[in-house]
Amino acid sequence: MAGYMELPTKGGFDFGLCRRNESLAEKKGLKIPGFLKTGTTIVGLVFKDGVVLGADTRATEGPIVADKNCEKIHFMAPNIYCCGAGTAADTEAVTDMVSSQLQLHRYATGRESRVVTALSLLKSHLFKYQGHVSAALVLGGVDYTGPHLHTVYPHGSTDTLPFATMGSGSLAAMSVFESKYKEGLTREEGIDLVAQAISAGVFNDLGSGSNVDVCVITKGKTEYLRNHLLPNPRTYVSSKGYSFTKGQTEVLYTKITQLKPKVDVAEGGDAMEE
Amino acid sequence: MASDTGASYGSTLRYKSVERIKAVGKHSLIGASGEFSDFQEILRYLDELTLSDHMWDDGNSLGPKEIHSYLTRVMYNRRNKFDPLWNSLVLGGVKKGPKGEEKYLGMVNMIGTHFEENHIATGFGNHLAIPILRAEWHEDMTFEEAVKLVEKCLLVLLYRDRSSINKFQIAKITTEGATIYPPYSLKTYWGFAHFENPAQGAVGSW
Repeated sequence: MAGYMELPTKGGFDFGLCRRNESLAEKKGLKIPGFLKTGTTIVGLVFKDGVVLGADTRATEGPIVADKNCEKIHFMAPNIYCCGAGTAADTEAVTDMVSSQLQLHRYATGRESRVVTALSLLKSHLFKYQGHVSAALVLGGVDYTGPHLHTVYPHGSTDTLPFATMGSGSLAAMSVFESKYKEGLTREEGIDLVAQAISAGVFNDLGSGSNVDVCVITKGKTEYLRNHLLPNPRTYVSSKGYSFTKGQTEVLYTKITQLKPKVDVAEGGDAMEE
Repeated sequence: MASDTGASYGSTLRYKSVERIKAVGKHSLIGASGEFSDFQEILRYLDELTLSDHMWDDGNSLGPKEIHSYLTRVMYNRRNKFDPLWNSLVLGGVKKGPKGEEKYLGMVNMIGTHFEENHIATGFGNHLAIPILRAEWHEDMTFEEAVKLVEKCLLVLLYRDRSSINKFQIAKITTEGATIYPPYSLKTYWGFAHFENPAQGAVGSW
């Protein structure tokens, strides 16, 4: 192939196979596999001394609950946490990646990570992939410049807000925030409001459910309250337990097969090579 | 019952003083969202219905349950003919029955789904107002408490629904009759410190 020049990769997705995929779908009737989205309620709010993040714990695969108690609040840095909604694989991968980048940056600078650093890394990555990395995040943390709360959308745009919600249950949670948020909340009020907002999502949105996780970040201290609320306990469990006595099930016939080997092993022969 | 008084034409706010709640007969209120011309048609049907009911002159008048049932039939039959009336209707009323004063609140939508509940919302209200109502509604609220709760929901809808406007009407129905109050506005708050300078943590960022 004379005259063919190898172009360097520019990053982002390579859309070269799109035309081939289209023709396959048209002519051969090939069904392209769909994406699996998670239904979620994630929230964050700024209170007097820092930031409180909250999330539900249900991961769905279409109409089925795949994980009853998953973790949606991801670690970014000791003072920065990120809640993720959208495609679970995308939120995990992108937060892990940026978390590693932040760690390397901390080694290089010798300083605590700043929330805007995480924000810029996330938004430039998501913009490069033009929204195909379906991660909608609520990023919060406390650094040298104070408490910060941001939302990041799959296409790469960000907002800086005093309170934020994302995911399918975001409207239910936002209705709680819009009616009850005020500035200068104490730690207890903040946690209570976040728990109320996530509960609104858990009970009013089908894509969110199970338990409430809360993460409180203040200057110098982070508390990850896993399963802070368990409002959906398992009911109807037999308190007596289950015991199956012999004779409860009728035995029709018994056949015992010995599992001893039926092959004679010849003594001697070649020893196994070392 | 409360609604805002705006009617849009696509993304244009065409009419700003539209009354979307009307009294029906002596015992009911009807509120609608969706296509306004279809609502006007429904009001005509209800006019005919209440008129022929009045002509019976039998001392009995149609209560909210009966009107709800009538509307359900109308909406469902239109949907079956693939020619729906594009509305979500809220029907509320009080009528003195054999067991005393019977309060009623229900809704019908364009495909004929209908149910009765203690709190109803249409459109975006289903996502933003119902969570608040489910958490904070309780039996035997006074009129003032009910107005405050409804205003809480209206304010959230004003902030978060792009098609709402800051001009609302409240309507009340009791055994004494229907009262539709004049329109008024709610106070909004935009003074959060974080709204003032969002880029202060990183000057020059976007």
